Amino acid sequence: MPAEIYLNVAVNGLLTGLVYGLMALGLSVIFGVVRVVNFAHGEMMALAMYATVAAFTSLGLDPFLMLVPVAAALFVLGYALQAGVINPFINRPEHSQFMLLVAVAIILVNIQLIVFGPDARSVQTSYSFDSFQIGKLIVDASKVYAAATALLIAGALFAFFRFTILGKAIRACADNYAGALVVGLDVKRLYALTFGIGAACVGAAGVMLSLVIDVTPSLGPAYTLLAFVIVITGGLGSMPGALLGGVLVGLTEALAGLFYTPSAKGMFAFGLLVLVLLFRPQGILGKKLG
Amino acid sequence: MIATLVADVPRRGLVLLLLLLAALVAAPLLVNDYLLTVLILILYFAYAGQAWNIMMGFAGQLSLGHALYVGLGAYTAAALFFHFGLSPWISLPLALAVSGLVGAIMGLLAFRFGVAGVYFAILTIAVAEFARIGFDHWSWVGGSAGLFVPVANYTQNDLWTLRGSPRMFYYVILALTVLALLVCRLLLKSRAGYYWQAIREDEDAARALGVNTFRYKMYAVVLSAAMTSLAGIFFAFYYNNLFPEQVFTIGRSIELILGPIIGGLGTLIGPIVGAFLITGLAEALHEAMLRIGIDVPGAKQVFYGVCLLVVVMALPHGVWPPLRRLLGLDPKTSGKGKA
Repeated sequence: MPAEIYLNVAVNGLLTGLVYGLMALGLSVIFGVVRVVNFAHGEMMALAMYATVAAFTSLGLDPFLMLVPVAAALFVLGYALQAGVINPFINRPEHSQFMLLVAVAIILVNIQLIVFGPDARSVQTSYSFDSFQIGKLIVDASKVYAAATALLIAGALFAFFRFTILGKAIRACADNYAGALVVGLDVKRLYALTFGIGAACVGAAGVMLSLVIDVTPSLGPAYTLLAFVIVITGGLGSMPGALLGGVLVGLTEALAGLFYTPSAKGMFAFGLLVLVLLFRPQGILGKKLG
Repeated sequence: MIATLVADVPRRGLVLLLLLLAALVAAPLLVNDYLLTVLILILYFAYAGQAWNIMMGFAGQLSLGHALYVGLGAYTAAALFFHFGLSPWISLPLALAVSGLVGAIMGLLAFRFGVAGVYFAILTIAVAEFARIGFDHWSWVGGSAGLFVPVANYTQNDLWTLRGSPRMFYYVILALTVLALLVCRLLLKSRAGYYWQAIREDEDAARALGVNTFRYKMYAVVLSAAMTSLAGIFFAFYYNNLFPEQVFTIGRSIELILGPIIGGLGTLIGPIVGAFLITGLAEALHEAMLRIGIDVPGAKQVFYGVCLLVVVMALPHGVWPPLRRLLGLDPKTSGKGKA
């Protein structure tokens, strides 16, 4: 095979990986602060994708126009979920919280199945088949737009947590729960906000991803797992780690599709996860497990 | 051994249990074919739930990938029957060994490298997914096109090759469920059972008291895996077809653990009560919806989800502990002053 094929596949994998990174960032933010593993993460993303596809097919709205409304809707969903369902469970055992979100995931995915049916749906924009050519390299335009947007949102999120008072307050909750309570932070509200922000991230990622792949109800559970693979690879709770993990998994999938067979690409992503869990369980950029 | 089995079980509980058993033994004579298939499903989940409960309920190790062991057992027995005509009873030791080995490898890696809690749960899902995709590409066992167990002499009950009527399968799974209950009771009252509970409650404290936590967690995983693969053999020969997409999927793993969680984690009767509740209610719902004339795929699963949500939120210990109190079977109230 000529070398530019490898490069083409690698670049496309990298671009998809950045969108994966944004999705995983949502999971990572939620776990890093609330310490709850969002088992319904992929299902939330599928919800965002369905909203995008529905808006496009029935109203003709471009996915980029849907970015803010869908992210806002997912924020509300995430906020309500944390405030209404998860907050009373903060002090329950880990598996209890886990099962709670498993239940939410089951409900979400099957409501999608009932409402939208099992068939794949996609968005066909005017720029769906555009591509950029740089020398011998051919890159999908949709993927470039999606990856650039994902990077932009991730950057904004970094800035939010680094520089704003609210971001600092949320980080305080993550660093020291008791301390945050002592200095008078409304931890439960901040938790709900965090879950909302994480959900908005995955919502935005879903909008972008609908440019790249078709959506089916079974996408939800698959992407929940993928998000886990990514955050654990990058380091659960580490924000740059989520992006790095996304890129790694995107690359692994793309190259596995090229060298072996596309239907087995998930196997390689899980192989990566097993390796990371065994040799660096805190993830590539994660802090040492306490 | 029999003394251990019945020791400090309230007499009323014993009587109720025997009555239930008698009713279940007599059931095929009383119910129609449809209800019999529902009962088979219930007992299947009761058995598999009991097996899963060893790992999570007794030893506190959350596995969300138990479909892996169902699949391994199913595929081992079905493939050997398909290719060589081997009886599932001959394949049985091999199926148990394969599942036990895979469980041991996973446990070895996870417990040696300190993968615990949520990470362990995700590892179990990942390995099951790995197996799903692997079997999808393994043509000897049919790949994604599926593996079909030949159904030559369906008219005649043949216990040796497990070919026969639903009634035969019903008695097989009933026997398995009873056996699992007895085995779990003995396990729970054994040294290992007490060590497991210590590990579940506080692993560090258990280790400080000299429990070899690594070894006993390994026992739990291997036992649970092997027992679950037996359910897999039943699954393969009862349904006669196996597709990796359906056998190894996360949905199967979740289905399997609903019974014990809703019934009551770590209890012996919980998985049985849970299986009756969840499968019974789901089938009733399905039937009711058919009567009204709506047949929506997914509605049953939404119902599962809502049940799980309600039980986890309202009854953190499951249905059985409060039900036991209601029936006056609580060890505290009916015990004879024993500590």
